[in-house]
Amino acid sequence: MAGPKYPGLDTLALHAGAQPDPATGARATPIYQTASFTFPDSDYAASLFNIERAGHVYSRLSNPTNAVLEERIAALEGGVGAIATASGQAALHLAIVTLMGAGSHIVAASALYGGSHNLLAYTLPRFGIETTFVDTRNPAAFREAIRDNTRLVFAETLGNPGLDVLDIPAVSRIAHDAGLPLLVDSTFTTPYLMKPLELGADLILHSATKFLSGHGIVIGGLLVDGGKFDWDASGKFPTLTEPYGGFHNLVFSEEFGPAAFITRARKEGLRDFGACMSPTSAFHILQGIETLGLRMQRHVDNTRKVVAFLENHDMVASVSYPELEDHPDHGLARELLPQGCGAVFSFDLRGGRNAGVAFVDALDLFSHLANVGDAKSLVIHPASTTHHRMDGPALAAAGISSGTIRLSIGLEEVGDLIADLQQGLRAAQKIAEKELAR
Amino acid sequence: MKLDVCGATAYCYTNNREIDRQKDSVVFVHGAGMDHTVWTLASRHFARHGRNVIAVDLPGHGRSGGEAKTSVEELGDWLMALLDSLQVPRVAIAGHSLGSLVALDCAARHPGRVRAIAMVAGTAPMPVSDAILEASANNDHAAFDMLTQWGYSKRHQYGGNSNPGMWMIGSTLRLFERSRPGVLYTDMNACNNYHAGLERAAAVQCPVLLVLGREDRLTPVRATEALQAALQCPDVSILEGAGHTLMIEAPNALLDALHAVL
Repeated sequence: MAGPKYPGLDTLALHAGAQPDPATGARATPIYQTASFTFPDSDYAASLFNIERAGHVYSRLSNPTNAVLEERIAALEGGVGAIATASGQAALHLAIVTLMGAGSHIVAASALYGGSHNLLAYTLPRFGIETTFVDTRNPAAFREAIRDNTRLVFAETLGNPGLDVLDIPAVSRIAHDAGLPLLVDSTFTTPYLMKPLELGADLILHSATKFLSGHGIVIGGLLVDGGKFDWDASGKFPTLTEPYGGFHNLVFSEEFGPAAFITRARKEGLRDFGACMSPTSAFHILQGIETLGLRMQRHVDNTRKVVAFLENHDMVASVSYPELEDHPDHGLARELLPQGCGAVFSFDLRGGRNAGVAFVDALDLFSHLANVGDAKSLVIHPASTTHHRMDGPALAAAGISSGTIRLSIGLEEVGDLIADLQQGLRAAQKIAEKELAR
Repeated sequence: MKLDVCGATAYCYTNNREIDRQKDSVVFVHGAGMDHTVWTLASRHFARHGRNVIAVDLPGHGRSGGEAKTSVEELGDWLMALLDSLQVPRVAIAGHSLGSLVALDCAARHPGRVRAIAMVAGTAPMPVSDAILEASANNDHAAFDMLTQWGYSKRHQYGGNSNPGMWMIGSTLRLFERSRPGVLYTDMNACNNYHAGLERAAAVQCPVLLVLGREDRLTPVRATEALQAALQCPDVSILEGAGHTLMIEAPNALLDALHAVL
């Protein structure tokens, strides 16, 4: 039997979480640029501190502008709630510290954003949390890496930068069989291209700086709780299922049920680590999300045309985009990403590093910088920038060579983008020919 | 805490406190397919305000064992047995939807044990649509969808939660999805088949508070007229802009209203 229809993505992207401002009637979500909020009386104040009423105390913990953004992404992903953080990295950190402490272990895909890899490989071990990296394309490797002290399985929906497509149904089954949640970084796909919770993921993080915003003017992260993981049944998460001395022995799974994780993350993680988002940043991200559907479709349409151009160019050795039949995850992409595989992809240039440098330097329209998901097209050389901390084997495991170029395709007229790429490829070709002549 | 009631494990949330016989006690009863967590804010509030709080998981729900009870009367008898086990002689009861019928039935049949009731988004009779009954009979997710969507006011279909960062629709769906197969159908039938509501209402002697959502589509305000007529001078509090899921849609206004009787 078909139930009633829920509002569609484009409608939620405009309206979810927002009501006309009760104080002024403002239709747009106002920026509540305030550190704190007054209490009408002492009992009201006590009730807010004791989680008896809904409301705001201090903007590190919650803020009305941020709350709209949080509710909007939770609605778009189909979760129970969300938290806006200072950055995507802060969202990843918040997820991890809510679930575990020293002596714990994470199983993570090897194809990760360089910053995430850095946190897991180098920083968290200093605090007693180890990570085993496994081949994203081999679900069995996730199972084999799980230990008794593993508390999280983590991967990106589309691995950075080789676009390894995560087999979420398979990896989530492996995680759940071991009593573990699957956290996915859905920055590259956004809810427009994929709904990870419907495929089996339990938690989602976004770098909201990227496609969700589109404008590239803020740094922000979002952490979404799907509300489906049974923390009590797992028995591996005392932070959620045992009394918490920091809140009068509150047991989060007992009092908040499906919202146990996101409630603990706010009541402890935001309170104590403090990586909250500025209300102004939340406002800017909300403006971006309003047009998410329109932008993502244009991103994908442009990307398909650029990929087709590069694929047929003599200077291009290979293009890595899951919609291409020779991509290792082509079949999985057709199944999990039927609307498109995003707008970030990489390709290998013939002629090696010098040709790559000439290519990047010759581009005018593409901006050379360390970001993706902007409305403007971007280019970068991962081996010398975003992934420069990784050694040779780690780079290879992440699908990166010294000649790999990563593009983030924006919303410009695609003919102009292709003309700019032609200019870069001509420059690369000249360098390659000179080197051949030597 | 967990205890044995009628041969099965019964769970009730007490804010991590022992029952203090010197204090007034308040029982919170959830609605169909739900559990005690819908009453967490109110439970914490009234615990701090000096009451024993007893937020139950009805049989077959949440952390309670046993089979779901098939009638409101059985649920009322179970609740009295639970209070016997806790050695709590007299209580106020706040019930939501199905829970409001349990509160009404207990107040009528056990007047010596109930000092007041709050019927939150409740009415009697409480007929259930054939579509919901059919879907819940088949454990069809459409039943969850219908109750979730129709359980919120039109404006709240898009959220606007006063509890920061929480998506109302998702939270309610997850609770329904946690319910055991067949439980929602049993609960819906208990509501649908409770024909003694107006007779019971006429017998109630204790103070009664009706808290209603102006935009409730499952138990509309206009459908409470017969109940209001049968009750002896109930207090009626209508929360503007809210639907059936008042604990989430209007948690602060609900707390303020509940202070009148709890």
